[in-house]
Amino acid sequence: MAETAPVVTLEGVTVAYGKNRALRDVTSSFSAGAVGLLGPNGAGKSTMIKALLGFIVPERGRMRVLGLDVAAAPLDIRARVGYMPESDAHIPGMNAVSFVAYCGELAGLPRVDAMQRAHEVLFYVGLGEARYRNLETYSTGMKQRIKLAQALVHDPDLLFLDEPTNGMDPKGRDEMLELVRDLAHNKGVNLILSSHLLPDVEYTCDHVVVMDKGAIAAAGPIASLKQPRGRVYELRVKTPSGDLDSFLERLRVAGLDCHATDEDVMRVFVPGEGGAQQLFALAAAERVQVRHLRPSVPTLEDVFAHAVGEQ
Amino acid sequence: MVITRAGLRTFFARRAFLGLLLVSWFPFFVRAVQIYAAANLPQMAVLAPTADTFRQFLEQQRPFVFFVTVYVGAGLIANDRRANALQIYLSKPLTRAEYVFGKLAILMTFLALVTWLPAIVLLIVQISFAGNFTFFRNNVFLFPAITVFAFLQVTMIATAMLALSSLSKSSRYVGILYAAVIFFTQAIYGVLYAVTRSTSLSWISFSANLTQIGDVIFRQPLTYDTPWQVSLLMIVGLTALSGVILERRVRGVEVVA
Repeated sequence: MAETAPVVTLEGVTVAYGKNRALRDVTSSFSAGAVGLLGPNGAGKSTMIKALLGFIVPERGRMRVLGLDVAAAPLDIRARVGYMPESDAHIPGMNAVSFVAYCGELAGLPRVDAMQRAHEVLFYVGLGEARYRNLETYSTGMKQRIKLAQALVHDPDLLFLDEPTNGMDPKGRDEMLELVRDLAHNKGVNLILSSHLLPDVEYTCDHVVVMDKGAIAAAGPIASLKQPRGRVYELRVKTPSGDLDSFLERLRVAGLDCHATDEDVMRVFVPGEGGAQQLFALAAAERVQVRHLRPSVPTLEDVFAHAVGEQ
Repeated sequence: MVITRAGLRTFFARRAFLGLLLVSWFPFFVRAVQIYAAANLPQMAVLAPTADTFRQFLEQQRPFVFFVTVYVGAGLIANDRRANALQIYLSKPLTRAEYVFGKLAILMTFLALVTWLPAIVLLIVQISFAGNFTFFRNNVFLFPAITVFAFLQVTMIATAMLALSSLSKSSRYVGILYAAVIFFTQAIYGVLYAVTRSTSLSWISFSANLTQIGDVIFRQPLTYDTPWQVSLLMIVGLTALSGVILERRVRGVEVVA
């Protein structure tokens, strides 16, 4: 497949809120298709999106969206992108169809076309039956869907989705992810999905940009990032004193990454060819019993933990 | 244009607001009857309109200007801020200035409907009932005077209310704040007048400034001792201050320091 031009590029972008730097000299690009913008809360994901929309003027650096300079042509960019904000956002006193049609008009659609598109989009996001209800009566899940609808109404070339599953129950979350996945993979919409939830990104996106503390920690196709450059093991151990700290420190000194899972099992990334033998040797040296050791498949969680240095 | 059209539609769909507009035209009908009587009944000639009649008519409309301003203006930006709608608006191909002017045009249109429009229609009614252009020829300045005064009044009030609306997420609070600003400045002037027995401090009151400028525009003797230039400066200053507040408050991102 031919390499397509990136839809978004950032060159040395720095954004600060007073003395606090939210983006630090960020240089990155987002390829066409579905790209996840992943990072813990406060990593700078939303700030990046807001800077790309022209809401925030960076101290330094250049940004281009769909080939257009953000500083020079913000309105041209906004006419071609859709934005689903993170927080609850609507226009008071309107029902869903009026709201979405109004957003279409604001985006430049003629009134009749905007109304027609509003009906189509509301059916697409699953709000067809509730489209004449006042927005203030909507549940959290419905409000998320209406935000997606207003972002889609003018058929944008690029969608910015900021934490689209925020506050949703599991069923609603699955349905929202299904919508996002459908947009990306069946409707051919370019999208950037900002999330701190790994499964959301892994399910919907092909590429990922991992952010941490205002900087890019890792970036690339999810499949290639998950390619093992070593081996990953699930490990459970028992120490004579019950204290794991010295063993973990030994692993770190030996260049092994490990992080806890929900259970009492830790995931250990062993670089190079050392594999299980290296783990056993380190355990023996610390007089630690290995109770459980199983090879595992690298996940996006491993990539993320590795990128942000999570223990 | 889209914002203004949608805003006008929203308010015209409210019965209570239509009722308020209807009531605000009541003084117009009273004045129309006065003009009719003066033109057709010789014993009522004492009621014949003068330039000051139109000036007084615009003064009489002030309570309706107040109510329309609070009803329409208080929520224009406050409600958008409460619902986080600014980031929706500003993510569309729309500048902040277009958003502000779109909102401003809603309030200015309604205020013009209770000030400029009835005054101009009253002028036309006078010509119709008189059956000649004598009054109009003798007072040809009335059309531009009504237009300029209504424009100044509507612009100052609309920008001030919009600026207040951008300061809060509660339209009720904005309405109370606006009433407080109007009545408080008037009350302070009243107290100072009681102490000094001089009207030269009338520039403190925004209502008094409008009255003073109205006197100049309608070629009437000045009500207060304050130079009209000072009153004009206060009106322009308040409008400029409102513009600065709007420039700072209407943003896609709210940064809390």
